[in-house]
Amino acid sequence: MNSVAAGTAVGSTMTPAAGPSRASSTGIYVVLAATLVTAFLLELAIGAVRIPLGEVVSILAGGHTEQETWARIVLTFRLPRAINALVSGAALGACGVLLQTLFRNPLADPFVLGIMHGARLAVATLVVATGVAGPAFAARFGDLGTIATSAAAAAGAIGVLLLMLAVSARVTTVTLLIVGLLLGYVCIGLISALLHFVDEVQARAFSQWDGGSFDGITRQQLFILMPLVVIGIALAHALVKPLNALLLGESYAATMGVSIVRARVLAFACVGLLAGPVTAFCGPIPFLGLVAAHVARGLLHTSDHRLLMPAAALTGAILGLAADLVTHLPWNKHFLHLDAVIGMIGAPIALWVILRRRQMRALEI
Amino acid sequence: MALLPTLETRALSIGYRQANGASRTVASDVTLALRPGELVCLMGPNGAGKSTLLRTLSGLQRPLDGRVLLEGQDLHAMSVTARGQRLSVVLTDRITAGMLTGYEVTSLGRHPHTDWTGALTAHDHEVVRRALDATGAGLLASRQVAELSDGERQRVMVARAVAQEPVVMLLDEITAFLDLPHRVAIMRLLANLAHERGVAILVSTHDLELSLRTADRLWLFGAAGRIHAGAPEDLVMDGAFEQAFAADGLAFDRDAGVFRTFEPTRGVVSLVGEGSVAAWTARALERAGYRVAAGGEQAPLRVEVQSGGDTPRWLLTGNADDTSVTSLEALVAALRMRELTHPTR
Repeated sequence: MNSVAAGTAVGSTMTPAAGPSRASSTGIYVVLAATLVTAFLLELAIGAVRIPLGEVVSILAGGHTEQETWARIVLTFRLPRAINALVSGAALGACGVLLQTLFRNPLADPFVLGIMHGARLAVATLVVATGVAGPAFAARFGDLGTIATSAAAAAGAIGVLLLMLAVSARVTTVTLLIVGLLLGYVCIGLISALLHFVDEVQARAFSQWDGGSFDGITRQQLFILMPLVVIGIALAHALVKPLNALLLGESYAATMGVSIVRARVLAFACVGLLAGPVTAFCGPIPFLGLVAAHVARGLLHTSDHRLLMPAAALTGAILGLAADLVTHLPWNKHFLHLDAVIGMIGAPIALWVILRRRQMRALEI
Repeated sequence: MALLPTLETRALSIGYRQANGASRTVASDVTLALRPGELVCLMGPNGAGKSTLLRTLSGLQRPLDGRVLLEGQDLHAMSVTARGQRLSVVLTDRITAGMLTGYEVTSLGRHPHTDWTGALTAHDHEVVRRALDATGAGLLASRQVAELSDGERQRVMVARAVAQEPVVMLLDEITAFLDLPHRVAIMRLLANLAHERGVAILVSTHDLELSLRTADRLWLFGAAGRIHAGAPEDLVMDGAFEQAFAADGLAFDRDAGVFRTFEPTRGVVSLVGEGSVAAWTARALERAGYRVAAGGEQAPLRVEVQSGGDTPRWLLTGNADDTSVTSLEALVAALRMRELTHPTR
């Protein structure tokens, strides 16, 4: 192919030799990974009982420890919780990036789009029907209650996704975003109405699950959660190419070899795999995905999903661990819930990352 | 021309299907051909259907009837990847590319040619760099697209369309955001791409003068959804051009190839003078609503250009007092004043 004479164009110069520099992003990945390991170890060490970091490491390595109770605390209570916070945080971070690009809206996340409200509605319905909710009430119905709650939450989340998918082939992105918002409001209204028909015990059962927490997850649940999230995050990474094209809008993407309908279906499947089980086992965790996506984008200074997607998963995992750590600091009273911490710490971090950029326009996805 | 068309339409009907099953037809029975190596400008009044045609030709919208063939294959039946490898577009959609540099946006053009990860090979990088240089977007490569001006962003989008290495490029309102030098530059660039690389290029534009001077052919939306195709000069001479843009207060000057905003209605002036000063004097007179008398014609008013000194002077003579002025602004003002004191109608 002939090359066009460069002299015909105005202001033509030689283009810089390479594409975006990856040197700085490698550094950010190293920092993120180190922060993740630190947060994970601190999560195991800090709590009502403080265990030295060295002991934590030796317990994890299966070695000898001075106190048998420490090993029990770390392995039985804190390790499942830490793994849950890491895996769920990573899942929500990936979800945040996926939904924000898919909807071309910086406010999109599984909570805002009604996906978690769908899960809440399903669990509220279950509570009304049976009076059971969450790991805390496993005592009343045993494992059956836990399984029923998780199944209902997953079904509710996937139900909202399926409704959105059903209309997605016929409407524009903005309409689809509004459909998601409105479905969320419908769920909120129905939940409010449903809760009028429950007794105090049932209401407490619902709000306990509804509070959203990484606590109390069982080994069996982790064995369900982890593979689903691994598959979901792998699928999210398989979607980086269409997601990059979608940054220019659906029309451009469609002329650059992207099948819009297929991309939407796969992205929704991915969100279902990630947000569904997380909400089922942890309850609704608002804004973590949204905050993680913005922090990752702000740190890396790019919307290129090949760099952004793993960073958002890492950031989500760190935020999940850090937020859970704050709720479990040895306070006199256990007064901080996960959503409170994410709101009070996560949102200011995201604000700082966003506001220190000169151009607010760059916030547009 | 013996060359097979790169993009052609067969009995194409374009328009919109409505929710109740009815459809609104914008143009029907459109049979056109875009050949390799030609630059065609798509023109027509607002609302004539230029964007609808471009969207249909680019596969973003299904036709109501008929077919679009891209290198002989049905455009709307081929895979999105096959289509993306052969056809690229620049749209009027405002892009908000988030945090991507000019280089990254341009390299998105390589998408139909790369594997599932979108990783660029050395060849892809080479194509991207050449596209940036060819479109004069080299300096924009390292800048964030969100921080570029509308014109600069447009140039990056053209670079991206070039990097896609298509056989057909479709561009909608490409010159709308650009100043004159950049408009000329981008049209010359497109002409070069067409003539040297053999790309078939269709540009929709409102820029009459530039497209009359640059396009190999025009596709002109006429009245009642008919599209006239032909060399710009042919369409001017057979009157298709005038008809397409027929409107009150707009007259097409076939000799000059430009539209005159006002019909001269205020009177006739005989003009004495030569060179560019006389030419610009004639324009000022036309703008003021006067027709310049043809040679030998009698006129009640006379303007004489006196270019003897350093700066030209104009002498206005008529049935009132003679007036001598030193600028065309003053000449037009004197004519207006004369109208008020000596009404001609």
